[in-house]
Amino acid sequence: MTSHLLSWIAFMPLLGGLVVLFTPKDNAKAIRTIAVITTLLAGLLSLKALMGFNPASGIQFIEKVMWIPQFNAHYSLGVDGISLPMVLLTTLISILACLASFGIKERIKEYFFLFLFLETGMLGTFMSLDLFLFYVFWEIVLVPMYFLIGIWGGARKEYAAIKFFLYTLFGSLFMLLGILALYFHSTPHTFDWVELSKMHFAVRFQKFAFLAFFLGFAIKVPIFPFHTWLPDAHVEAPTPISVILAGVLLKMGTYGFFRFSYPLFPDAAHWFQPYMGILAVIGIVYGGFVALAQTDFKKMVAYSSVSHMGFVLLGLAAFTANGFNGAMLQMFTHGTITGGLFLLVGVLYDRAHTRDMNAFGGLSAQMPAYGGFLIFFSMASLGLPGLSGFISEFLVLLGVFQYKKLFAVLSCIGIILAAAYLLYMIRKVLLGPKNEKWSKLTDINAFEVVTLVPLMLLIVSIGLYPKMILNLMSPTVEALLVQVGGKF
Amino acid sequence: MQKYVYLIPVLPFIAFTINILLGRFVKKAAGLISVSASIASCSIALPIIYRVTQGQLFQASFDWLRVGTQTLRFGYYIDPYASVLLFVVTVIGTLIQIYAIGYMDHEPRFSRFFAYISLFMAGMLTLVIANNLLLFFMAWEIMGLCSYLLIGFYMEKDSAANASRKAFLTTRVGDVLFFIGILLLFTITGTLQFYELPAAAAKAHPLLPIAALFIFCGTIGKSAQVPLHVWLPDAMEGPTPVSALIHAATMVAAGVYLLSRTVSVFTAIPAAALPIVMEVGTITAFMAAFIALTATDIKKVLAYSTISQLGFMVAAFGLGQPVASTFHLMTHAFFKALLFLGAGSVIHGTGTQDLRKMGGLFGSMKHTATTFLIAALAIAGVPPFSGFWSKDEILLAAYDSHHPLVFWILTLTAFMTAFYMFRLVFMAFFGKARDHHIHAHESPASMTLPLWVLAIGSLLVGLPGSPFMHHWFQNFLERAPHAHAEEHLINGFVVACSIGAGLGGIALAYYMYLKNPEAAGNMATRFKPLYQLSMGKFYFDELYADWVVKPFHALGRALFGFDQTVVDGTVNQTGIKTMSLSAVKQWIDKYIVDGLVNFVGYFTQWTSSVVRRFQTGFVQHYILVLVTGTLALIFLNLK
Repeated sequence: MTSHLLSWIAFMPLLGGLVVLFTPKDNAKAIRTIAVITTLLAGLLSLKALMGFNPASGIQFIEKVMWIPQFNAHYSLGVDGISLPMVLLTTLISILACLASFGIKERIKEYFFLFLFLETGMLGTFMSLDLFLFYVFWEIVLVPMYFLIGIWGGARKEYAAIKFFLYTLFGSLFMLLGILALYFHSTPHTFDWVELSKMHFAVRFQKFAFLAFFLGFAIKVPIFPFHTWLPDAHVEAPTPISVILAGVLLKMGTYGFFRFSYPLFPDAAHWFQPYMGILAVIGIVYGGFVALAQTDFKKMVAYSSVSHMGFVLLGLAAFTANGFNGAMLQMFTHGTITGGLFLLVGVLYDRAHTRDMNAFGGLSAQMPAYGGFLIFFSMASLGLPGLSGFISEFLVLLGVFQYKKLFAVLSCIGIILAAAYLLYMIRKVLLGPKNEKWSKLTDINAFEVVTLVPLMLLIVSIGLYPKMILNLMSPTVEALLVQVGGKF
Repeated sequence: MQKYVYLIPVLPFIAFTINILLGRFVKKAAGLISVSASIASCSIALPIIYRVTQGQLFQASFDWLRVGTQTLRFGYYIDPYASVLLFVVTVIGTLIQIYAIGYMDHEPRFSRFFAYISLFMAGMLTLVIANNLLLFFMAWEIMGLCSYLLIGFYMEKDSAANASRKAFLTTRVGDVLFFIGILLLFTITGTLQFYELPAAAAKAHPLLPIAALFIFCGTIGKSAQVPLHVWLPDAMEGPTPVSALIHAATMVAAGVYLLSRTVSVFTAIPAAALPIVMEVGTITAFMAAFIALTATDIKKVLAYSTISQLGFMVAAFGLGQPVASTFHLMTHAFFKALLFLGAGSVIHGTGTQDLRKMGGLFGSMKHTATTFLIAALAIAGVPPFSGFWSKDEILLAAYDSHHPLVFWILTLTAFMTAFYMFRLVFMAFFGKARDHHIHAHESPASMTLPLWVLAIGSLLVGLPGSPFMHHWFQNFLERAPHAHAEEHLINGFVVACSIGAGLGGIALAYYMYLKNPEAAGNMATRFKPLYQLSMGKFYFDELYADWVVKPFHALGRALFGFDQTVVDGTVNQTGIKTMSLSAVKQWIDKYIVDGLVNFVGYFTQWTSSVVRRFQTGFVQHYILVLVTGTLALIFLNLK
């Protein structure tokens, strides 16, 4: 397994998925066990990659074979300090989401197959070094996601699933155009990221290509005003899928900026810098305000994602080491924090069958442990120092402060808003007089706690000692910064 | 000794971890765990404080994070200022926790309470010894979290739940501005280490005053200065030991400590930021005292009193006297903690917080009443109690600074302080009992013992700063690298004003509340607008509700509407338009494109149906056709 480590990581889930297909469909226990073991194995393998990873030496574990010689497309995988954290995040979130999927009762076999297929798609997206392969994985993610929302979702699942699918497809078609343009502009024609990133394209071409990629990535992140698929998809998706969506899928968009848009089109990225900054600030503030207006718990968390992903974009727009590092870290921390929040929404929804925050009240007395977890993740989300969200926001703001002070100051409104909507949520759900209606609700159980504890450990340890993950990222990130001509 | 410094904040943190995770097992032992951790921290801290008074300086750090080209180093830095705070926090913190064991005895969430308190102690002690402004800020926010959790400790009460949220959000506004100040300071000077700030600030970058003012916003929020003071009175919803520890003695004073820690940023260009600090402090001191005049809830009086006293400290700093400010911080911590604990004892003994129901408690609560009286004399500024010495320093600073208005406002505030405090004393402890349903009883020893220790402190902690000890305290602090050396003289006029204000206030309170009980009502009707202004607390809450909270929520709803109708509407419309377009295309497809195809098909079918008739399969028919055809050909050729 060492020689093709990345392929093993990427296809381990699919392998498990195939095994699931050959398991009798009423043997739920076996299916679940296979799924969990598979995600765990993928997780262990990604840890192995982490052990062997040397942050200072760029792309590693490279696998490259000719795939379609007719147009020079390769099966080419590799990870560096930008993609490895995403791979680790994906395998971790997948394990937890897989555990959280035990609550799924219908059509288990199909569910877990699609779930594992999805994981392969995500992992492949983060590892691909060939644009054609990247596009294939990128689109692969859409299909299981569509079914997972459309079949196991809530009341308006069809609408949400189709909206998600078509909207993202719309964006990725532009990306495909960009990829093809890139292919035909390169001499010799190639999809190879390593070679492409060494070439220098005319600025005019860069701008067009950047825009084409931008549409694909912006919809995925999502960046204002392309974000409206997100609340619908989140609200309708079953809990574990929401966790995946917020924890991993959104990062595919910002990862795209780091991996492709910036190194391939550095001049265009510079040209877009102020617009990216403005869109980021709008996203942060706008998302915060709209989150404040929500009464649906899940929708509030969804809009908070719009706001928090804005910080990633803001860090990208800064073109400074702190900004880039902060953006990378924010991708990771947002995955863990918001993933945790969605798990907690699910815990409550499973018991109460409603997400209307106004219907609750006084739950902290009824479910004290649940209250503790919810407060913890809310605090992490609002950027309490000592927890990881603070570090990434600090770095991003410091980075953008070196670029444009006004952007930093304006996005601070988003930080205040985050405190506002999260504290209103806590007030409505946990505090206040005990509501007799919910006197039968049981506290969070050990199984659910297991899905939350790894996230909490990460949030606290990164919050107290951010070096542990930043050391992994920053050599690559700073090399990128040099490549695109940013400031330290 | 040096190697144990880290333990000072770590021990309470361990207590927190035990109490929060194992709360249901440790039960009542939780209090003991927290108190022992606190005592342990205290016993590590005291020898270190002693060494600092002997001229030593403790510092150590490690590389925490590289940001851009700089490295942030975290660790501790214990100079005289830090040692004063360390003394206050460990000693008073321990006493209040001992008191809380008694006070919170019947509380079902006993272990959770002590978990939060220990976390607070960890945060506060980290803040005190922090060597870096960012670490300071992190600890600052952790304290904010504890404050939030503890204000909302009685979370079933709507008022407590709302108060906790209000406290967090209000201070958060100040904190975010403070955070911007940190970013600005870091961008200007390239460092956040406290001991590097003086050198970095000496370059007098023109943006430094702006950074200073942003940092000051942190103080405004945390130390409840106007206009962000509104959260502190509401914070009294928390259990009384919390009010004493967090909302009187330590956390709210952290804002003042922040100023002392970053003094070089403020004094880099003295005329720029300091006057604003002075004005905010003076206005706060006066306004809060004015509101305290009419408050009837015993804890609310003390809360406004705290705001007012913090205003004194901030004003002293604004006058360029961080030493006087820190001196008052220390004395205030003792007597205000004592006042709150005394009030807690009264609430514990009577079951009410309403001053109008109390009266004549001296007889039944001798320990509480005596110690309370000592604290009241201290805050009123009666010599030789501690408050006199520190307040006198501040008044002296105001007098020397050639701001006569500030001096007179502060003196008037001192007068009002004495008045409202003795109004409280006379209403609660003297005169006749007003409500006969209340059967007051003295509190247990675990509560009265800390009262006495604090009372001795309130009596004595002022002396090191008095002429009797040759201003030892001021000289000690000024050895700190960033304080100013200055002569400390006694100004007879200032002392007379100070004593006069204190005694005058007491005398007036005596006249209005003991001698002539109708006087208070008469005053209220005679000065109705002023009385209502005080009762209405200058209408800050209403102002914020109407002009901040409501507009924010309205904007949120408006943007959500925009999101649904315009942004998402566009998406949906695009979808719908695409659908109708495809309906048109479908029609074209069905009737024109497909129609053509079908037409070809039909035509072929029709043709074949005609042609098919010839293919009967009978040989005779074919021969017939053949013969007929041949005949026809012959016939044509013949012609």
